[in-house]
Amino acid sequence: MISYDIVVIGGGPAGLAAAIEARNYGVKKILVLERDKELGGILQQCIHNGFGLHIFKEELTGPEYAERFITELKSLKIDYKINTMVLTITKDKTIHAVNPKDGYMVIQAKAIVLAMGCRERTAGAISIPGTRPSGVFTAGTAQRYINVEGYMVGRRVVILGSGDIGLIMARRMTLEGAKVLCVVELMPFSGGLTRNIVQCLNDFDIPLYLSHTVTNIKGKDRVEGVTIARVDENRLPIPGTEIDYDCDTLLLSIGLIPENELTVKAGAQIDMRTNGPVVNESMETTISGVFACGNVVHVHDLVDFVTEESRRAGRSAAKYVQKKLVEDGNEFKIEALNGISYIIPQTVRIDNVDKSLDLYLRVRNVYDRVKLVIKADQETIKEINKRHMAPGEMEHIVLSKDLLQEKSFERLTIEVKEGI
Amino acid sequence: MNKQELICINCPIGCHLEVTKTDQGLKVSGNQCKRGEIYAVNEITAPSRVLTSTVRVNSSFLRRLPVRTNKPIPKSMIFQAMEIIDKIVVNTPITIGDVITDNLMRTGVDLIASRSLSE
Ligand SMILES: Cc1cc2nc3c(=O)[nH]c(=O)nc-3n(C[C@H](O)[C@H](O)[C@H](O)COP(=O)(O)OP(=O)(O)OC[C@H]3O[C@@H](n4cnc5c(N)ncnc54)[C@H](O)[C@@H]3O)c2cc1C
Ligand code: SF4
Repeated sequence: MISYDIVVIGGGPAGLAAAIEARNYGVKKILVLERDKELGGILQQCIHNGFGLHIFKEELTGPEYAERFITELKSLKIDYKINTMVLTITKDKTIHAVNPKDGYMVIQAKAIVLAMGCRERTAGAISIPGTRPSGVFTAGTAQRYINVEGYMVGRRVVILGSGDIGLIMARRMTLEGAKVLCVVELMPFSGGLTRNIVQCLNDFDIPLYLSHTVTNIKGKDRVEGVTIARVDENRLPIPGTEIDYDCDTLLLSIGLIPENELTVKAGAQIDMRTNGPVVNESMETTISGVFACGNVVHVHDLVDFVTEESRRAGRSAAKYVQKKLVEDGNEFKIEALNGISYIIPQTVRIDNVDKSLDLYLRVRNVYDRVKLVIKADQETIKEINKRHMAPGEMEHIVLSKDLLQEKSFERLTIEVKEGI
Repeated sequence: MNKQELICINCPIGCHLEVTKTDQGLKVSGNQCKRGEIYAVNEITAPSRVLTSTVRVNSSFLRRLPVRTNKPIPKSMIFQAMEIIDKIVVNTPITIGDVITDNLMRTGVDLIASRSLSE
């Protein structure tokens, strides 16, 4: 059997950052396994700029951001295998994987880092009446066809869902000569970043219909048209508000789901709100020595946050291998209350926190001028004023260790307080 | 057209800006910081964007090479630039940052490779 100190599953920005950080913390035997034909993950198809604003203070494209990390990984001589699909991982940290060169492999690791990213929700995940002709693509699939394969997917396009990928693809298809008729969003607010609405829709006069949905798809072999309608507050279509569009393509940008088959099979606990594993301050799952980072834990919109979180996971995996991670000691839970949809991490062992604790959360609604109230067992320990928060924009909160150590407590809660 | 509304894209707050043409020049309101004012003035006087796209590549590994302009180009020239980009074919090896077309449409801006490709 092959053995390594740390095996990283997935060679996207999360896996790369974790592996590099673990090496920088002194771990020698590290292996990255990637099922695609190259490293870099989803970034290789995201040719637009806007990556790395926080970490490099530059607006890089996806491939440029990926290449910086791939170059570093190679210069640190970290082992990696491409075209390698991981089939299962077990609680005792053996990894079963297969590739055309080595065949079937069983690898023993001291620690594992899960970095498998996420996949897109497909048409099956929502119910649109009508036929299922060709011409219905997820936005990410269309992105891959156009940017990597050089194959144009359609000429007259309607996009359902205003997440960032849908917005990016509205601009991309327009530049390539397609007519994007509209972007249709079920919610009363967009799921994408404001900068993308401005740069991808407003720049090209593409209308965004909020509180609307696609109610019918027409066409036998190929899409011939779609019908959209306004929805009421229960998100049900309002009769009489239908508009028909002649189009040959419908793109779906209706959300991403963390890719956790391996995680579930290994027996790690999953958080129903994030669809990712429950993690602690060290980005460790409920299986000791199995860490997770990036989109496999929760869907990120900024790659910089993926990198930050993954460095923490890599550092923690290194400490685990070096037996420096404190496995018992004081622990508290973190819970999302009013207005918050989830918080990462879900549990904290304070002994493993260096100087401060990083929390990532998403709110349920659009809020202006509110407070985030942080309580330790009922007692308010911090309030943060927020000018603006939206579900499409992840919030990053830093709490100092000193603040968390003033008193011992079991439950840390965060809620939104309105009307200030 | 003495008044125009804009959304600042410099940070996630996304302030709604209002630009008014006055005799003293452009007046910006609604911004919560200086960057919003600079953005609004540029956006009204000379809007520009970094353009990203792909070009054909003779490669055994990929069919398209991602490219971008190394600086923003005027927004009004974007579709013209796309027509030029559509006709470009390049050969490997390519190193990230290689100039694919220099001085694109005499803007002084270069089109550069946004990844490396060895074969
Ligand atoms: C279309 C799109 C546009 C985006 N635009 C921006 C933007 O403009 N700015 C920004 O900052 N961020 C953007 N993001 C967000 C950011 O790029 C992602 O959050 C980030 O790439 C996630 O990194 P990751 O490593 O977790 O996942 P991924 O990049 O998805 O990498 C996961 C890797 O794991 C591999 N893998 C999965 N399962 C297995 C297995 N069983 N065996 C082996 N390998 C496996 C996959 O092949 C993949 O390479 C965008 C994301 C998407 C999807
Ligand atoms: S004006 Fe300043 S605070 Fe407002 S969105 Fe622009 S950069 Fe952000």
